[in-house]
Amino acid sequence: MNINVTLLWQMVFFIVFVWFSRKFVWAPILAAINERRTTIADGLAAAEKGQQAEEEGRKQAEQFVVQAKAQANEIIGKAEKRGSELVEEAKSTAKDEGSRILNSARDEIETELNKAKEALRGQVSELAVAGAKQILKKEIDPKAHSELLDQLAAKL
Amino acid sequence: MASSGTVTSGEYIKHHLTNLTYGPRPDGSWGFANSSAEAADMGFWGVNVDSLFWSFLLGALFLLFFAKVAKRITTDAPGTAQGFVEMVIEFIDENVRSSFSGKNDVVAPLALTIFCWIFLMNFMDLIPVDLIPWGLSYLGIHFQKVVPSTDPNVTFGMSIGVFLLMIYYSIKIKGLGGFAAELTMHPFEAKNPILKVLFLPINFFLEGVGLIAKPVSHSLRLFGNMYAGEMIFILISLMFGSGIILSLAGGALQFVWAVFHILVITLQAFIFMVLTIVYMDMAHTHH
Repeated sequence: MNINVTLLWQMVFFIVFVWFSRKFVWAPILAAINERRTTIADGLAAAEKGQQAEEEGRKQAEQFVVQAKAQANEIIGKAEKRGSELVEEAKSTAKDEGSRILNSARDEIETELNKAKEALRGQVSELAVAGAKQILKKEIDPKAHSELLDQLAAKL
Repeated sequence: MASSGTVTSGEYIKHHLTNLTYGPRPDGSWGFANSSAEAADMGFWGVNVDSLFWSFLLGALFLLFFAKVAKRITTDAPGTAQGFVEMVIEFIDENVRSSFSGKNDVVAPLALTIFCWIFLMNFMDLIPVDLIPWGLSYLGIHFQKVVPSTDPNVTFGMSIGVFLLMIYYSIKIKGLGGFAAELTMHPFEAKNPILKVLFLPINFFLEGVGLIAKPVSHSLRLFGNMYAGEMIFILISLMFGSGIILSLAGGALQFVWAVFHILVITLQAFIFMVLTIVYMDMAHTHH
């Protein structure tokens, strides 16, 4: 427990150790710690930015979806309108066609009817002559009386 | 108890408190002292080889480990060693920031060195007191004190180192005049020039005592705590030579004291560091 030259040696060690610690331990380690600190801070800032961008992107996407829906609705509405228009067109075309066919059928019927009437008229005059022959029990010359018969047939 | 049965308790304790001293012998030759009386006779030029050896070894171990980590330091995710080193550095940095207001990049590494070095020196106290001296006795080395901080030379060496740094920075920051004024113009102040001169020696005496008390209390606090702790370990180990029951009781006591001592060694290292920071802060601030 004597104070001796050990004290001076210890002081020398002390000063050398502090110098060494400052130069080779403290400076590089603290530099690394600070560098990491800034890296982390930058990373956090970047993450926040990314989150903001994502938020904006999502909002934009939502807007796009809304727009697309509106557009789709418009298109569907137009298509429906066009469809009903087409149906209407087809209906009217069919009506026209139907009435045209009906008219031509009527005309034909009329013609057929007239034809049948003509034929009937001829047969009626023959029947009348045959009937008269039976009644008069004698031959009537159809040629002689054709004028009369024609008049009869016209009356029918 | 490593020594032979013929050694008395008093001799055993004295043996454990004697440093391995190398120095000039009375006949003029240099060599190791063979007893504590011889060591004392060597006077100022005796060197406590054991204190210096352990102190240098522990300081070098700490610095080499930290420097090795610092060399391979990465800013990516740190490994275990780097994580530990960074934890210590950030702990010191936090303490320096909270107590030291000046701008000086010596204070933080100074605090780091003091804390780790003193912690390791104190830690030697937890190694069983007889273990290393017993091993070395087979190598022909008869005296060994393995805890450097129980040697006042070591604690004074560090506290005077801090003291010199403190004076150096006081003069550097405040100028020689400012430093002198700090020593002579307080605590008694006067506007009157005659009174001022009258107060000068009183102030100088008071402030001088305060100034000198700093390194003394700084080192004696550490030395006293560690010396007392070491002494109790030595006293407990005396029980190991006195029968089975006392040996068992000694074992239990040693365990309890060692657990308590873990707190003491850390606390003393921490206190020494904090006081260093505070003294350095005083050197940097104007009053």
